[in-house]
Amino acid sequence: MEGFEPFPGGAAIRLGPTEATLLRGLADQLVDLLATRGEHVEDPIAAIFEPGPSEPPADPVLARLFPDAYDGDADDAREHSAEFRRFTENDLRTRKRNDARALIADVDALGPGGGVLSLDAEDCRHWLGALNDLRLAVAVRLGILQEGDAEALYELPPDDDRVPTVIVYSWLNLLQDSLVETMMPENPREDDR
Amino acid sequence: MIILPRLGGAGAPAETAHAETGAAASPDAPWTTVVHNDPVNLMSYVSYVFRTYFGYTDAMAERLMLDVHNKGRAVVSSGSREEMERDVHAMHGYGLWATMRQG
Repeated sequence: MEGFEPFPGGAAIRLGPTEATLLRGLADQLVDLLATRGEHVEDPIAAIFEPGPSEPPADPVLARLFPDAYDGDADDAREHSAEFRRFTENDLRTRKRNDARALIADVDALGPGGGVLSLDAEDCRHWLGALNDLRLAVAVRLGILQEGDAEALYELPPDDDRVPTVIVYSWLNLLQDSLVETMMPENPREDDR
Repeated sequence: MIILPRLGGAGAPAETAHAETGAAASPDAPWTTVVHNDPVNLMSYVSYVFRTYFGYTDAMAERLMLDVHNKGRAVVSSGSREEMERDVHAMHGYGLWATMRQG
């Protein structure tokens, strides 16, 4: 397993055939899950005027990807969150879907044998979004809800059913962490002393 | 790019609804965007988001990220309600758990 390396104008990564298949499968599942939340409107202008849902999603992964905007349980906070959701969730869902689809297209372009993938700055942003959404999705499915939950999963006995998913989760961590490292804006670190 | 389709006429009903609730906070009081800690988002990624979206310096982004991590939440921006809705929407776009509140 390798992470991303800086590449002129972007980042590059070598993906083996298994890694490519795995990543594509996860992104496919995410696209499918996103599609269960409301109708997708292909025309971007029509999409703006298509009101989104006002209730938080019942699925816990979708609930994490589309949280309430207004703080608190007061009635007016709930009302404002519902209204905000109606006006913004479709846009958010479209962006998440586009990120996942961009990842799928890039992996498909590699072909079945895998290989070295070079991403430009725009591709990197799609990948960063998609990897983060995938990590959130896998974390919810693994029940990582608070600090320490992930560490406990790394201590599971090798025959536990969750071990393969935990390995995928830590691999996604490596991918995202190495990608974000290549994308950090150039800005000399201020001296702390 | 952030497209927030509630600009223009769409925002007006919300303002009316807000005024009608008779909330204690003055309508002019600034709103804040709060980012909450979660055990999933990477510290490097959270710093990246604060630098990239808000344009904060490395040191500022790092401090806010550590506040989120150690204190459970941090106020990352403040301004008008519409500005905060834009920021919360952007944070959700990055997958950060963010909420907004007045005062």
